[in-house]
Amino acid sequence: MTDVFTTLQWSDLIFLLEGAWKTIQISVVSILLGTLLGMVFGWLMSLNNKLITFAVMAVLDVFRSVPLLIQLILFDSFVAIAGFPLPAFWSGTIVLIIYTASLVAVVVHSGIDAVPPGLRAAARCLGMSYWQEMRHVTTPVGLRTAFPSWLGVALATIKDSALVSAIGYVELLRASQILNTRTQESVKIMLLVGLIYFIISYPLSRLGARYEQRQKS
Amino acid sequence: MDYQFHWRPVIQALPDLLKASLVTLQVSLIAMALGLMIGLVLYFFRASQLRVLRGFGSTWVEIARNTPSLFQIFVFYWGLGEFGIFLSSYTAVVAALTFNCAGYMAETYRGGFNAVNPGQDKAARTLGMTRFQSMRYVVLPQVLRAIYGPMTNQFTWVILASSLGMLAGLRELSGETQYFNSRTFRTFEFFAATAVIYYLIAKMALLLMALLGRPLFKAERAKS
Repeated sequence: MTDVFTTLQWSDLIFLLEGAWKTIQISVVSILLGTLLGMVFGWLMSLNNKLITFAVMAVLDVFRSVPLLIQLILFDSFVAIAGFPLPAFWSGTIVLIIYTASLVAVVVHSGIDAVPPGLRAAARCLGMSYWQEMRHVTTPVGLRTAFPSWLGVALATIKDSALVSAIGYVELLRASQILNTRTQESVKIMLLVGLIYFIISYPLSRLGARYEQRQKS
Repeated sequence: MDYQFHWRPVIQALPDLLKASLVTLQVSLIAMALGLMIGLVLYFFRASQLRVLRGFGSTWVEIARNTPSLFQIFVFYWGLGEFGIFLSSYTAVVAALTFNCAGYMAETYRGGFNAVNPGQDKAARTLGMTRFQSMRYVVLPQVLRAIYGPMTNQFTWVILASSLGMLAGLRELSGETQYFNSRTFRTFEFFAATAVIYYLIAKMALLLMALLGRPLFKAERAKS
């Protein structure tokens, strides 16, 4: 019997790196847009209006209480039956953006909450407008508490981007599975893929740890 | 939109879906319980004087935290075949989630132990308690209180992450949904129902953790 499986070649490394590049693309788009959207939601929650706070919280909570995988499949099948099917990249990324936003909203909300109300009132008393105060007082002060948590969210988004493979997008993890099936050399491939993910996310997690230490001292 | 929604197959499958939710709960509870225990061990490893133990603990934690959980499930399910180890879907998913939970909990414990004033341990030791007694009666209860919130989040996370079992052929709630989906092609209806079930399970888990935590925070409630 001739070999059904072909051995790993150097070109396969390029295939994996292409997958890694797509993982980075999904992650960067999702983190950027998810953060922007999440900032809006977080700001809405911190307005002193209980109804808005509750409504935004309840809706975003749904996204945090349903597995991302289910959300991906659900959205992907929904756009298909609604008659405007999207490429897997976009249906995956849109879900990831909203999911990231639901996490960022909490971070932003608690960041704003951490700013002493007296400080904000003082800024207004000095004649700052609402937005001036937001821009020059609340943002820099709140960022100090929010930044480490935001890094955590960004890290989670990078890792969660692997789930987009489930709706057929060939990012890093999916690329590795394709190679796995063809070559059956799972150990080498998985070590390599694990290493690539590690290289992408480890610097961010170090940055978070460093920041945390600096704040303590 | 000329799509006809058909909910009857979902309603017919509901008993099976609910039965599969029990598998989801089982997997999550086992992974969480093991993760809590191994996480504590990893924390002590990382705090130890021995470099080997520190290295082992840190490697585990960093890998668990810096690679996708789906990747970890695949490693346990397919990656060990070359060594002649073939785990069932169930074992692979439980092992991978445990691995992940232990890594995250080790970090959570670190935060919890840091939150307890070292003077507490010293005072307990001065009063004649052994190292173990001080740990058991003075330090750990306070650590538990400090980590209870993050632990609750972690539990919810495990429940949701167990849905990845579907991609490793496990017939938990998502896997069962996928099975019915492949027979009926009612993708949207089935996964919508499953989303609702997950939401309810997640809320029930929060409620359960809040009830279980009540004795833990009794002293604080009495104070206020």
